Amino acid sequence: MEPFTRYTAIAAPLDLANVDTDQIMPARFMRRPRDERYATYGFHDQRFTPDGAKRPDFILNQPPFDAAGILVAGRNFGVGSSREAAVYALAAMGFRCVVASSFGDIFFSNALKNGLLPVKLPESAVSALRQAISASPGVTISVDLQTQILTAPDGSTHEFFVPGFARDCLLRGLDEIGLTLTLEPEITAFEARRNGG
Amino acid sequence: MGQTSSQKTLFQKIWDAHVVQARDDGLALLYVDRHYFHEGSFHAFNMLKARGLAVRRPDLSFGFGDHYAPTVSRRTDQVADPEIRGIIETFEENARANRIRAFELADPDQGIVHVAGPEQGLTLPGMTVVCGDSHTSTHGALGALAFGIGASEVAHVLATQTIWQSPPKQIRCAFEGALPAGSTAKDMALALIAQIGTGGGLGGAIEFAGSAVRALSVEARLTLCNMAIEAGARTGMVAPDRVTRAWLAGRPYAPAEADPAWDRLFSDPDASFDSEVTIDATAIRPMATWGTSPEEAVPLSGRVPRAEEAPDEARQKAWARSLDYMGLKGGEAMADVALDRVFLGSCTNARIEDLRDAAAVLRGRRIAVPMLVSPGSSRVKRAAEAEGLDRIFKEAGARWEESSCALCVSMHGETVGEGERCASTSNRNFAGRQGRGARTHLVSPASAAASAVAGRLVSAS
Ligand code: SF4
Repeated sequence: MEPFTRYTAIAAPLDLANVDTDQIMPARFMRRPRDERYATYGFHDQRFTPDGAKRPDFILNQPPFDAAGILVAGRNFGVGSSREAAVYALAAMGFRCVVASSFGDIFFSNALKNGLLPVKLPESAVSALRQAISASPGVTISVDLQTQILTAPDGSTHEFFVPGFARDCLLRGLDEIGLTLTLEPEITAFEARRNGG
Repeated sequence: MGQTSSQKTLFQKIWDAHVVQARDDGLALLYVDRHYFHEGSFHAFNMLKARGLAVRRPDLSFGFGDHYAPTVSRRTDQVADPEIRGIIETFEENARANRIRAFELADPDQGIVHVAGPEQGLTLPGMTVVCGDSHTSTHGALGALAFGIGASEVAHVLATQTIWQSPPKQIRCAFEGALPAGSTAKDMALALIAQIGTGGGLGGAIEFAGSAVRALSVEARLTLCNMAIEAGARTGMVAPDRVTRAWLAGRPYAPAEADPAWDRLFSDPDASFDSEVTIDATAIRPMATWGTSPEEAVPLSGRVPRAEEAPDEARQKAWARSLDYMGLKGGEAMADVALDRVFLGSCTNARIEDLRDAAAVLRGRRIAVPMLVSPGSSRVKRAAEAEGLDRIFKEAGARWEESSCALCVSMHGETVGEGERCASTSNRNFAGRQGRGARTHLVSPASAAASAVAGRLVSAS
């Protein structure tokens, strides 16, 4: 995994609450192996008409938001199905960060494991961000994982929090499996303890 | 968390017994007693293969072919769509290559993972249970700590038999009083979510308690815990009791005798929760959703709300969007909402008791709109046939087919059509869940049957 330290990109507003992972990644594409086609699966049914044409009214189809790397969403983003494919689709679309006031629990951890930074801020801050980027399309937001600070287009800063272990993994580009495998003696000892009763 | 007294919640007891290593920030490496997987877990097996890692404990993983299982046949080679056939074959190959017991399509014990796992006695009180599926919360009904995980975490569990977790908020949800006749666990779940919202349990562990929960059968508890995730919770659980022990007795993988340790699996009287909610069970009526979020639910005797009645501006917008997608104006009586079809199935409501509930309503009547019945497992199907329930469904005009996730998620090759309205016993009414443009109304099995007869959204009573 590519290390995540500091990232600056155009931000797109998505002013919808409870965006579930069924919407982000429709079920019928989930049988496909992970490849570049995932970029078209993301929000597919909102981005495309049934005959495959782009819907001009969907915000992520409109320039400059179609080139955004940060998504500023509504509350409860990524609720529902545990499908990690929703994160694969967002990543394939070019997103490296999603900002929201709350996230679906499993989505939050899936995102962290795939280098998509979920940034949780109070709803007042998130809605101010959405307004700012809607008012001046193309402005950028910066996120710094080391300091856990998001910098808004107007230069104001917001602190966020990412759990320590996941942050370490992300900053160093390590995956958890490798780290956990170093605890193999502890796991074996736990198994022995339990079997011994 | 960090309780200083010796009083512990049920959750805490199970958590503490599984900590392999704890970090200062509260994150813990938990040992996993039971891992389930389904066809969708192929990403995880690919990750493992890419890294050249082996499955650490193939004996603790069990696979169930359910999401893509066709309802019309039990033969993989008869699946017409090559992509669907491919994913079922991959599932079977991954299990074989890693020496894992998989309940494949043709297996007599195949079923939806959250129906067939408990049915086999594979989920037991006090266990930690994970699966790459959000409705893993279902298994908490047996007094287990059970939660859904993502594909990277599935790979982690396969390789290490452990998972990193930060402690969730603990929520006690007590349903007090007697549930009225005609109301079910599904109605309890919908009423709860309508009250606390889909964010009400966000990230939390909900222990369902109270006299109305104690009075539920294990099957009804499974329905309730299944829907905990729709309240935003990571898991739901019910303390095991006499009812649990009786239900587990004699199941293939359950121990011959109940483990005495199960008797200690309850929340101590002074254990503290982060929050508590009490629901008056006596007031719960048969419910249905009208919108595209499980929280958008009202009693079937009520009417669809108007967007301007929403409690705040954000929800006014959300409700307007939901009404638009659902093809409703707002203000109409639920009983006037005309249906195109009905689905009785899914891990929420396709156990034998659910089928009995629906059959009791259908006996001697004819359905007005097409209805698909897909039992929760092949065992449930055989049990229903032994009782003659299949005849009742068929005589009423319904399709009686094989066990599958079927129209809950519509991955098996059939969908609800664009703009079609379906009363469904599943758990998610999200836009597009049953097919692009499909309109889903979540209901209980009895209400689904009554609605199929009426061709409109009605309750059985
Ligand atoms: S029945 Fe539906 S909710 Fe249950 S496991 Fe299958 S797809 Fe998921």
